[in-house]
Amino acid sequence: MSATVADNRISSPVAEFWRRFRRKRVALVAGFIILLIALAAIAAPLVAPYDPSAPDYDNVLADPSALHPFGTDAYGRDILSRVIWGGRISLSVGVISVLVGGAVGIVLGLVSGFFGGWVDSLIMRFCDVLFAFPGLLLAIGVVAVLGPGISNVIWATSVFSVPAFARLVRGDALALKRAVYVQAARSIGVRPVTLMLRHILPGALPGVIVNGSLRLGNNILTAASLSFLGLGAQPPSPEWGAMLADGRSYLGVADWLTLWPGVAIFVTVLAFNLLGDGLRDALSQKLR
Amino acid sequence: MLSYLLRRLLGVVPVLVAVSIFVFGFVRLLPGDPARLMAGPEASEADVAAIRHDLSLDQPIWEQYGRYARGLLTGDLGRSSRTRQPVATEIGARFMPTLWLTIFAMAWATVAGMTTGVLSGVKRGRWQDQAAMVLAVSGISFPSFWLGLLLIDLFSVRLGWLPTGGYGTWQHFVLPSLTLGVAVAAVLARFTRSAFVEVASEDFVRTARAKGVPERLVILRHTLRNALLPVITMTGLQFGFLLGGAVVVETVFAWPGLGRLLVDSVSYRDYPVIQAEIMLFSLEFVLINLGVDLIYAVINPEIRFR
Repeated sequence: MSATVADNRISSPVAEFWRRFRRKRVALVAGFIILLIALAAIAAPLVAPYDPSAPDYDNVLADPSALHPFGTDAYGRDILSRVIWGGRISLSVGVISVLVGGAVGIVLGLVSGFFGGWVDSLIMRFCDVLFAFPGLLLAIGVVAVLGPGISNVIWATSVFSVPAFARLVRGDALALKRAVYVQAARSIGVRPVTLMLRHILPGALPGVIVNGSLRLGNNILTAASLSFLGLGAQPPSPEWGAMLADGRSYLGVADWLTLWPGVAIFVTVLAFNLLGDGLRDALSQKLR
Repeated sequence: MLSYLLRRLLGVVPVLVAVSIFVFGFVRLLPGDPARLMAGPEASEADVAAIRHDLSLDQPIWEQYGRYARGLLTGDLGRSSRTRQPVATEIGARFMPTLWLTIFAMAWATVAGMTTGVLSGVKRGRWQDQAAMVLAVSGISFPSFWLGLLLIDLFSVRLGWLPTGGYGTWQHFVLPSLTLGVAVAAVLARFTRSAFVEVASEDFVRTARAKGVPERLVILRHTLRNALLPVITMTGLQFGFLLGGAVVVETVFAWPGLGRLLVDSVSYRDYPVIQAEIMLFSLEFVLINLGVDLIYAVINPEIRFR
């Protein structure tokens, strides 16, 4: 009898999601790795064995050893410490750009889907134009106007994060505004802003979360590419892309200069992509 | 079909006008005096005035745009502020290397990506599928500049089989087009697989199988044919993505193409070249999208006759 009682209990959406997500082992591992990277980045001053920008001319281009597990660069700076500090930059760029781009995109998508008409056409044409450009080129365009630098890279990646969120939320808003519960709320005089934020937005959140995770990885990769091209973080900043650019002159001589920043970018981006895939599987009704 | 084609071609015009206004306005958006910025800190007042006149910044804004638009139509894109060469000459010399690079990358990536996607879809859930999808998600996450450096390290520095960079013989094409295509192949593999799996769960596929159609025909004729439509759109979009990726790959392999020219121009604030490149890339995206839509219309009559 107790089994029937359990079956009749309605689990909350969050519990239902967790029940499914828990079985995605790959995504769980990815989430755990992201957690580790984030913790290392936050606690960088405590975790990093050396000052990331302190030169040590007695230990220039030192092989990986017990003292310097990832070796040192042409100024004798400890690569491990630089990679740990670099995580701060990459994660900040990813998180800020997704938060800013996501917030703008969500608002545009809600307005577009809820009101329809010319507002909708205007917003969607704007998104089409942004979407038509590959993110990296768009980012280079923004940097061309604002000048190189990591803060401008954040703006650039924020801008091209907007259309994906806007389209996604618009689609959900279009469907949900006809839902009975939304119609009911409207009929008792709930204001449009409240309708959008309280009644429609929660229904659009699953898509937003999945896109957010995939975007984060993508934006970290784009930001690292820009820094590699010399348009993002400037030396001596320990940004991963910039470190790779520095290390390329020592290819075949000191491979650890390019190896570890490369591994850091790859593992971080891969983790966000795997987490995003897992979240999508757990959140979508259709099982692939 | 002809009226559809004409309608679509006419639709391109306002987009290009909008982009040209944007590209024109972008120099005006810059903080400070663009002429002073371009001239550099040690330029004399006369030099700055000359550049200002060169860019016709000393005239009313609508006249400036008129002059700019006329220049675009006649191929007069101004002079590079870095090399003093006409922009058209600079870009003309870099166009073909980038085109060839993207074509080679696209060619192998399309074949490899779609084949992997279909095989993965057929073997859904089995180890072949899982291995292919692990590879694909890694391909999406791999920074192309690091991949390029790893390939150079292995094939050029250690083995000495291929050149580290430059342009000329077929050997120069191998590593850059391989590097550039990886992300596209990975995206296409994932996308093709999911399109294939989606169609494979449709009723008409089950019906075909139930009435005894051989499995090979079910895959080729019923599933693949219908899964191909979204895949073609995605392939077109990826072509645009490749042009972006070329910027990075050209920098890694010292490739004398448009992408490296763009990076150099941004670093040197060579605005006439940046403007011309943005205009050219926009034109390419618009044409690619148009091409994709036309192919779509050929395959799917529903769109043509609407």
